[in-house]
Amino acid sequence: MKDFAELYAALDRTTRTNDKVATLIRYLKAAPPEDAAWAVHFLIGRRPKRLLPSRRLAEWAVEEAGIPDWLFGECYQAVGDFAETMALLQAPAATSSDRPLRYWVEDRLLPLRDVDDQTRRARVVSAWREMDEGQRFAWNKLITGEFRVGVSQRLVFRAVAEVAGTTPEAVAHRLMGEWQPTAEFWRQLLAEDAPNADLSRPYPFCLAYPLEGSVEALGDLGAWQVEWKYDGIRAQLIRRQWQTFIWSRGEELVTGRFPELQALGALLPEGTVIDGEILPWKQGEPLPFGQMQRRIGRKVLGPKILAEVPVVLVGFDLLEFQGEDVRSRPLAWRRAELEKLAPPASALVLSPVVEATSWEELARLRQHARARKVEGFMLKRLESVYRVGRRRGDWWKWKIEPYSVDAVLIYAQPGTGRRAGLFTDYTFGIWDNGKLVPFAKAYSGLDDEEIRQVDAFVRRNTIEKFGPVHAVKPELVFELAFEGIQASPRHHSGIAVRFPRMARWRHDKKPEDADTIDTIRALLW
Amino acid sequence: MANNRGVPLLELDPNGLYCAAGDFYIDPWGSVGRAVVTHAHSDHATPGSQAYLTARDGEAVLRARVGPEVPIQATAYGEELTMGGVRISLHPAGHVLGSAQVRIERGGEVWVVSGDYKLASDPTCAPFEPLRCHVFVTESTFGLPIFRWPDASQVISAIHAWWRANQQLRRASVLFAHPLGKAQRLLACVDPSVGPIYTHGAVERMNHLYREQGIVLAPTTHAAAGSRWDGALIVAPPSCHGTAWERRFGEFSTAFASGWMRIRGTRRRRSLDRGFVISDHADWPGLLRAVEETRADCVWVTHGYRAPLVRWLAEHGQKALAVEAHFEGERDEPVEEAGE
Repeated sequence: MKDFAELYAALDRTTRTNDKVATLIRYLKAAPPEDAAWAVHFLIGRRPKRLLPSRRLAEWAVEEAGIPDWLFGECYQAVGDFAETMALLQAPAATSSDRPLRYWVEDRLLPLRDVDDQTRRARVVSAWREMDEGQRFAWNKLITGEFRVGVSQRLVFRAVAEVAGTTPEAVAHRLMGEWQPTAEFWRQLLAEDAPNADLSRPYPFCLAYPLEGSVEALGDLGAWQVEWKYDGIRAQLIRRQWQTFIWSRGEELVTGRFPELQALGALLPEGTVIDGEILPWKQGEPLPFGQMQRRIGRKVLGPKILAEVPVVLVGFDLLEFQGEDVRSRPLAWRRAELEKLAPPASALVLSPVVEATSWEELARLRQHARARKVEGFMLKRLESVYRVGRRRGDWWKWKIEPYSVDAVLIYAQPGTGRRAGLFTDYTFGIWDNGKLVPFAKAYSGLDDEEIRQVDAFVRRNTIEKFGPVHAVKPELVFELAFEGIQASPRHHSGIAVRFPRMARWRHDKKPEDADTIDTIRALLW
Repeated sequence: MANNRGVPLLELDPNGLYCAAGDFYIDPWGSVGRAVVTHAHSDHATPGSQAYLTARDGEAVLRARVGPEVPIQATAYGEELTMGGVRISLHPAGHVLGSAQVRIERGGEVWVVSGDYKLASDPTCAPFEPLRCHVFVTESTFGLPIFRWPDASQVISAIHAWWRANQQLRRASVLFAHPLGKAQRLLACVDPSVGPIYTHGAVERMNHLYREQGIVLAPTTHAAAGSRWDGALIVAPPSCHGTAWERRFGEFSTAFASGWMRIRGTRRRRSLDRGFVISDHADWPGLLRAVEETRADCVWVTHGYRAPLVRWLAEHGQKALAVEAHFEGERDEPVEEAGE
């Protein structure tokens, strides 16, 4: 735990990418294989299944620190990180632990799941007493599963690749899918990749950047494949050895939630992996994404919901064909093979290729994208290979302009992480019969200086507090941008929007100039 | 009793904490007649008043803030003056050179205004003196139990280790610290044999005032006179972070010495490599101890985490109330320059 806590601290205390990678490499080379496996497991964002409710953990921390609950709340508001708050409140450390990470995870952490609360409490508290402050913090992070340390997955892949003597892309692939953090796994990871190491293993997703600059700069339209950009769940459908697996981009195995796609898998030839977007779909077009959320929320999928919200896979790429990794073939080839193997009238919908003769024609089509229930275009170079991660150059998303409305800041609350103690989480209101009703929450879009100014405004203009939430004098107007909009009985305003963010601070507008509920209702489709 | 003549000794008016019986303000934020100043940080010492009273050790630094013309009366710690109907004396607060608590007495009733203070030792200023009083006006910049300072000697060792590690990598070490107080405290503690030490002009000006009063600091050179930075320690105000001034140092690592560095988020959002937890304010245990040692009937809590400290004291049988003093920027917000 000593080395691991020091790794955490060292990664946290530099802002230089190369220093971070060097630190990771040093740790991975020196660590016992099982510790290295666990460290990578946590660093790429995997977490043990929920071990115990955070609420319990807070109760024990509060009791140990000898402070009342309300004061823990105040401290959390200042720190903005649950695990850190608990570590800061413990009595000064008397000792530190030399035991390896494997011991702390396998012998101390994971067994917490299977015991009663009283035993858990005793074990957690005794763990705290065996550790120094840095170790407590890392351990709390492991328990709460909020293990983020300022290294991206890509940096971890780079470091592992360096240790294994291979490429980050190969490491990214080997770390997909299901694996157990063991010494054996670590050795395999460093060795040549064994075939079929994991039957369900997906490929790292290729992601697109938003188009920068003008579309004409992409050159000859003939070199590009243009598709509609659908708003669904990005997923890979894998068919291997008579089994079907569906992985979401969040690296979650979601096979059980989509019986339609399991059935589709059975129609596919052996050794096939298709990349696409899962969408609720009826009569040849997508249903609003909110319908999908209705379905995702359910544990049991009854015949009613399956009939109301059927899904399809809008397939746009072929990554594995006849058991072979075909990612390095050109897109045109992959697309042609995908078309050939698509079973007719199935839950596989081939992502339509948009035909146009010029960029101007596409730009005109883009104006009508909303009517087609898509978010714009995907532009992919016909010659492109399927790359790992988010890259510039071959794939671009050319989205439609977002919706925008002017709304008034009405509530603010402190942020978390690096925004701890600053008012950065805002609720905006719009006018409804002379009253401001909450309309959307937004956290992003302001620069540091603007955040500082809004923070100072909130402190001077708080009219009421509800716990951490401050109601402020309705004075500041912001232009909010968002992607989708739909009616929602669960929201005050009767409207829910997707991905709201602050596009601009409208210093030129007064609160009475903000939009009304009627203008916004007019945007509903 | 706090109120034996019906009028409290201090009251809050639009210019600050006012003592009507003695006709003076303590750390006023407006322009007033007579200002008693606890210390020369900008949120406590505002230029524009007609006359100032301060502790003798703090005269030079206050002069630097309020200008060359204004009359400043300087008094030794513990020396009693009579102003109108009250007796007033200044006592060490341990915050920075010349920082004082203000003790006011009228007919056996004693009020003490702490200004900013710390209980930990500091080679650059006189140690905090606990005073008995009826009403204690305390700061609360770090009034939450998450704020507990490590031993300063450990922090200095960590600074040395960071400085040496940077030397190995041929990097400069840029250490941000409040130019009045914190910078000098660090310079009095660091080991100059590790490498050359450079300073920003704002720090160097204060160094000069400190040295004139016999405070021993590590030898420093104004950064304007330097040319080789790898291996050097550079002490600068936090406002230099991310500016053109900083870029001259080529390859460098950044650190901030402040109590706020106890919280990871405040360090990370400034993109600092390191945070060294060292403060010139009392931490949570320090605040509670200071309050207890006054045996005050009532505690007024100004700036910082007022509400939590007041509630904690009230729950522990100590009469306390929050006072909305104007110490701008120190309210609830961890703005690093504010309290430090």
